[in-house]
Amino acid sequence: MDDALVRAGRALRVVLLFALALLFLIPFYLLVRNGLASEEDITSPDWTFFPTTLRWSNLSELFDDPTVPMARALLNSSLIAVATTLGTVVLASLAGYGLARVPYRHADRVFYAILGTMMVPAAVTFVPSFVLVSSLGWVSTLRGLIIPTLFSAFACFVFRQYFLGFPRELEDAARVDGLGYWRTYWRVVVPNSRPVFAAVGTIVFIGAWNSFLWPLVIGQDREAWTVQVALATFTTSQVIRLHQLFVAAAVSIVPILVVFLFFQRWIVAGVERSGIDD
Amino acid sequence: MRRTLPGRKPLGTQNRTLWFWVFVGPFALGLVLFTYVPLAWSVYLSFFDAHNTVSPTDFVGFDNYTSMLRNEAFTGSLVTFAVFSAFIVPTTFVLSLALALMVNRMHRAQAFFRSVFFLPAACSYVVAALIWKLSIFNGVRFGLANTVLGWFGADQIAWLSTTEPPWYWLVIVTLRLWLQAGFYMILFLAGLQRISPTLYEAAAVDGARPGWQVLRHVTLPQLRATSIAVTLLLVINAFQAFDEFYNLLSDSQGYPPYARPPLVYLYYTALGQEQNLGFGSAGAVILALVIAVVTVGQARWFGLGGKEDRQR
Repeated sequence: MDDALVRAGRALRVVLLFALALLFLIPFYLLVRNGLASEEDITSPDWTFFPTTLRWSNLSELFDDPTVPMARALLNSSLIAVATTLGTVVLASLAGYGLARVPYRHADRVFYAILGTMMVPAAVTFVPSFVLVSSLGWVSTLRGLIIPTLFSAFACFVFRQYFLGFPRELEDAARVDGLGYWRTYWRVVVPNSRPVFAAVGTIVFIGAWNSFLWPLVIGQDREAWTVQVALATFTTSQVIRLHQLFVAAAVSIVPILVVFLFFQRWIVAGVERSGIDD
Repeated sequence: MRRTLPGRKPLGTQNRTLWFWVFVGPFALGLVLFTYVPLAWSVYLSFFDAHNTVSPTDFVGFDNYTSMLRNEAFTGSLVTFAVFSAFIVPTTFVLSLALALMVNRMHRAQAFFRSVFFLPAACSYVVAALIWKLSIFNGVRFGLANTVLGWFGADQIAWLSTTEPPWYWLVIVTLRLWLQAGFYMILFLAGLQRISPTLYEAAAVDGARPGWQVLRHVTLPQLRATSIAVTLLLVINAFQAFDEFYNLLSDSQGYPPYARPPLVYLYYTALGQEQNLGFGSAGAVILALVIAVVTVGQARWFGLGGKEDRQR
């Protein structure tokens, strides 16, 4: 009797999970379906699961169309995401190491001043940040799109927590060998901390690729549009070529999906180690 | 206790201070320049009449603040976002916890389900808004939602074309649920995996029935720290809502101003046609204060930073 109940419960759970999984995957399917359909298929009142014809030419049309700056937007997004990831990881890991391992009287105060900026959501400072960046003359430049986003208190926090738990014996051995703080950091600590670098790097990369508000504010010229801004500009404009919009959106998630699936376990590890759930 | 290493002088305090700033300096400097300076500048600007300029001359005192607080579009947007948070925080919390509990008990297929539910987190709000607006919930003519409703003989719904709640709310809330639930599921999974199995054994010995009783008396109390963190993050994220509102509720369709959250309103005020930076800055300062009060209040209410947490 009890056994039957337990088995029924388990079966119910599996069915429910599969149903939910299907529901979660539908939007991805729609993206691909519409990206490979004709405009009539997308707007047809008789919606069908498969489009009547598969139009692979949508893809080449997208890149051949001179009115759509898709190639440029992809290039901008890639440059921004890569530069932001590298810059953030270097700056935040150095700061995290200093805070965790170099004894300094006011280290705690500095740490709280950094942590405090997490309380002010970045989005709230977009008006004054725009003011600052425009007074520097950085509007619509890659500098303006990248540099102000490099100082992530969250990344610094994750590195500090991680380095606090880094085995001291390894560092002490390096000290005995005569290495100073700087060389201990580069030669011993960094090579032994690859997982946390991968985790933070992946999270920062995804955030940079998907970010919208800052590129919308700063990338005002068409030449400075990122993929997200380009897509949003199409959706909010009056004349939309739907099939082109969907194929562009599908293209825009390919790089991020690759990074995401490849590094997923690092993201999970990063979340578990960040201490945000502790 | 600490031996001086042979052949090396111990680092003096001054030397350590120098090294601390070598490591922390570049980061701290950037944070000051790109967070603290803009914040201070925002406060300064908010006391001036600043149209189209970042170096204003006309001091207006608290005028920007009083007119912002009298502005129905802005106060209405604050109410919108309170309502939005009241919807999205509990629904995301419950869905992600339920997913975590179910996925956690799967053994063979755990990685598969975790990936599927986590996958939307890689998607951007812009792309999700596109799918929601132009493929699932578009008007009465076409779209997946109305097609499915049609199978059951239900009436078509003009989802985003009606500017009155509740239908456009459903569109916005489901979009955010889809994008965020997987991320919070991961946080809950991390918390669940830290619960010691001996607690469950003890509960079984005490006669707790598996299911609701164990969940209530063992699992949920053990997840307390995770739950607090998740709630705080959910509230902060709800306050920052911008992308999906900007992309779903287009400007031309005549949504009432209160349908937009504060950030979208501030975006149009400060950087749209008006370029009213002083007024926009006052709004940003008010919003930052509201967020600070809510966050600190919430932390207090949960007892974060209390004795219990310091012992952890």
